[in-house]
Amino acid sequence: MTNTPDLPERTPTPVPPPESTASVLDDATYSRILEPRGRGRLPLGDGTWHQLARAYVRVQLISQGAVFALVLAAAIVSQVLSGVFWQWIPAGVILLITAITMIITPRQARAFGYQLRHDDLVFRRGILWQRVVAVPYGRMQLVDITHGPLDRGFGIAQLKLVTAAASSGITIPGLTQAAAEQLRDTLIDVAETRRTGL
Amino acid sequence: MTDPSRADEVLPGGGAPGGPVPAAAVPGSAVSGSAVPGAAVSGDAPSAHEGAPPRALVRSPLSDGEWQRLHPLTPLLRGGLFLVVMIGVIVANLRERLIELFLPAVTDLPPGVVPPDPVDFILAHNLILIAGGGALAVLIVLLVIFRLSWRFHTFRISDDDVEVRSGVLFRTHRRAPLDRVQGVNLTRPLVARLLGLAKLEVVGAGLDSNVKLEYLSAPAAETVRGDILRLASGRRLAERGAAAVASGSPVQQAADAVAAGIQGIVDGEDFSDAQPDSIVRIPFGRLVASRVLSGSTLTLVALIAVIVVAASFSTLWVLFTMIPAFLAFGAYYVRSIARGLRYAIAPSPDGVRLTSGLFTTVSEVLPPGRVHAIEVHQPLMWRPFGWWSISVNRLTGHSRGSSDSNADPFATVLPIGTREDVERVLGILAPALPADEWTYVFRHGILGPVDDDPYVSTPRRVWLLRPLSWRRNGAVVSADAVFLRRGWAHRTLTVIPLARLQSIGLRQGPLARATRTATLAAHVIPGTVRTSVGALDRDAALALFDDTARATIAAAAGDRSHRWAG
Repeated sequence: MTNTPDLPERTPTPVPPPESTASVLDDATYSRILEPRGRGRLPLGDGTWHQLARAYVRVQLISQGAVFALVLAAAIVSQVLSGVFWQWIPAGVILLITAITMIITPRQARAFGYQLRHDDLVFRRGILWQRVVAVPYGRMQLVDITHGPLDRGFGIAQLKLVTAAASSGITIPGLTQAAAEQLRDTLIDVAETRRTGL
Repeated sequence: MTDPSRADEVLPGGGAPGGPVPAAAVPGSAVSGSAVPGAAVSGDAPSAHEGAPPRALVRSPLSDGEWQRLHPLTPLLRGGLFLVVMIGVIVANLRERLIELFLPAVTDLPPGVVPPDPVDFILAHNLILIAGGGALAVLIVLLVIFRLSWRFHTFRISDDDVEVRSGVLFRTHRRAPLDRVQGVNLTRPLVARLLGLAKLEVVGAGLDSNVKLEYLSAPAAETVRGDILRLASGRRLAERGAAAVASGSPVQQAADAVAAGIQGIVDGEDFSDAQPDSIVRIPFGRLVASRVLSGSTLTLVALIAVIVVAASFSTLWVLFTMIPAFLAFGAYYVRSIARGLRYAIAPSPDGVRLTSGLFTTVSEVLPPGRVHAIEVHQPLMWRPFGWWSISVNRLTGHSRGSSDSNADPFATVLPIGTREDVERVLGILAPALPADEWTYVFRHGILGPVDDDPYVSTPRRVWLLRPLSWRRNGAVVSADAVFLRRGWAHRTLTVIPLARLQSIGLRQGPLARATRTATLAAHVIPGTVRTSVGALDRDAALALFDDTARATIAAAAGDRSHRWAG
C-alpha cells in the first residue's frame, strides 16, 4: 500500500508468547500447517502458528464412525427384517456424506491454525475454502470453552471467541484442555489491558 | 431489589454551582395518593442519594438520582389493549340493542322489539344489582391492578446508569450503564400523541437490552433524554477531573461557585436541548418519485406482465390476482413514504438527531462513535437525477428479525438526497474523517474511478469475475476507515470506521485460488450494510488485510467515543 503513507508503522516481528505458554499450546499438536496446492493460495506469512491437538481427529473419526456404523446397521437390519430396498437411498446419501467427511477431516484439522501476535489474534482454517481472520484482543467480548463427554475422554476442548460481530466466527475446535485454559487466561489478560469500546 | 446499604457517597468537587444538593426527599410516603408525575418515591430506604447527578447537568426533576414514577396516564395506554378487547366483547354482545337505540331505522325488526340478549336476561330476572356490582368489582380490581403496577414501576437516572424496576409479583430490575448507551429513542405513537405522552427508550448494546420508560409526558421525555445524553457524554467526569485540581479552601470553593454563577448569567441560558434545524429537507415530490423509481416498482411491473400473460393464455379470472398485488404494493409505498415524511436529521452536541414519521413520530439521538458502517448507494434509476441514499449499521438493542416491523426505522438514515445532502449527512455521521480522506468518498469512491485511483481494484486479467464493475470494484484503507467500492449499475460505497471494526477477514475459494484473487471481509455488527468485496488481487488483498489489522489496533487504542465529551 504505497498510497496510504499515514498508516502506523508495520510492527517488525510478532512478539512470541512466553516459553511456558508456547510449550503448553504446542503440546501434542500437529507441527506443520497443511496448505492448498494452488499457487494463488493465501500464504502462511511469518510468525509461529499453533495448531490443533492430534486427539481432535481421533474424536471426530470415532463420532463420525459411530454415525456411519449406526446408519449402516439400521439399513441392514431393516432389509433383513422387511426385505425392502428403498431405505438404501437415504441411508446411502448419509453414508456417502459421512464417508467423505471422514476422509477429509484429518486434512481439515491440519489446516487450522492460530497465531498470537502482539495486539491481535490471527486465525486460519480451511483448504478448499480458505479463511483468515485477525481479531484485536480488545474486541473480544467473551471466550467460551465447551467440551462434550467424548472430548473429555480424550482431553480436548473447543474454544470460541465472541466479538460484537457475528461474522467474525472464530471457533478453534480441538485444543488440549491445558492449552484451551492457558489460551483463555492469556486472552482474558491481554484483552483486559487493551480494552476498547464496542 | 433496593440496596439501602450502598454508601451515601458524596462525590468530590462537583465544582458546578450548587454542588451535591441534599436529597429533596418528600417526607413520608403520603405522596402516593397524589398523581403528580415525578413525585419522588420515598418509600425506599432513607433517601439513598448516591450517585446523584450534579444539578448543572440535569434539567429535569425526573433525573435527580431518585426513584421516580412514570406518567400517571401510563396504565391507560399500557392497559389500553385490554380495555379495547373488553369494549369489543361488550359491543359484540349488545350490537342489536345499540343499533336499535341509536339507529332505529336500519333494523328490520318492528319498533320496540329487540332480540334477546344478556341485558334482557338481566332485566327479566331482576339481577341489575348483582350484574352492576360484579361489573363494578371487576372495574375496581382492574383499576387497583393498574394502579399497583404503576406504583411499582419506577425508574432512576443516576450518575452512571439508568435503572428501571417493575412488576408487582415478579419484580424485575434492569440497569443500563451510561457509557454503553448506543442511542436514545423517543417514540410517539398516535394515541400517546393525543394524550401528550411519549415513550423513551435507552438503547443498549445487547439483544433485547433496551431500557424503556413508557410513558412520560412529552416535554419531560425530551428533557430526560437530554439529561441522559449529557450524563453519558462524560462531561461530568471531565468536570470532576477539573474540579479535583481546582478544589481549595472552602472560601476558594465558594468564590468558584459565585464565579460560575456569574459566568452562567453572562453566558445566558444553555439552549443545547433546543431542537436543532434539519440539515436536509426532502421535498414531497422527490420522496414520492424516489419510491416509485425503486426496484420494487420493477417487481410490480414484472408481476403485472406475468399475470397479464397468464390471463391471455388461460382464463380471464387470473387478472383478479392483480388486486392483492396492488394492495400489497400500495401499502408498501404508502408506508415507506409516510416514514420519509417529516424527516429531519441534525447535528447536536450529543450526536446525530434523526426524526421522522407522520403518524407515529420517532426521534432518535445517535451519540458519536455509534455508527459501525455507512453505505452510500444509488440504484440505476436514480442516476439521472443524482439522488443517493445512505444506510448505516448500528446497535438497536432489538433482536434481528423481531416481529416489530419498525424495529429499525433508521437503518436508512437518509432515504433520498442530492450530493450536497449526502456530503452534509456523511459529515455528521463520520466527523472524525480527516479532510484529505474525503476525496476517497466522492471523487474516487462514489463517482470513481478517475485518474490516479487510490483504490485497489479488480485486476484486468480477471475482469470476467466482475464483467461490468471490475473497474469500480475495489477497496482502500486509511488510518481511520476502510472504504469498499462496488457496483456499476447499483453504485455503492461502504465506509467502515476502523475504531468500530471488530475483525478483518480474507476468504478464498477454489475459483478465487485458480484466478489468484481473494475476498476481503470487514466484520462489523450485523445490519443491512454489506461489508465485503470480492475479486481483489491476492497480494493486494493481503496487503489490505495487514494494513487494516494494524490500523484497527491503532484506531481502537485512540478511540474515546464511549464517553464522548471527556
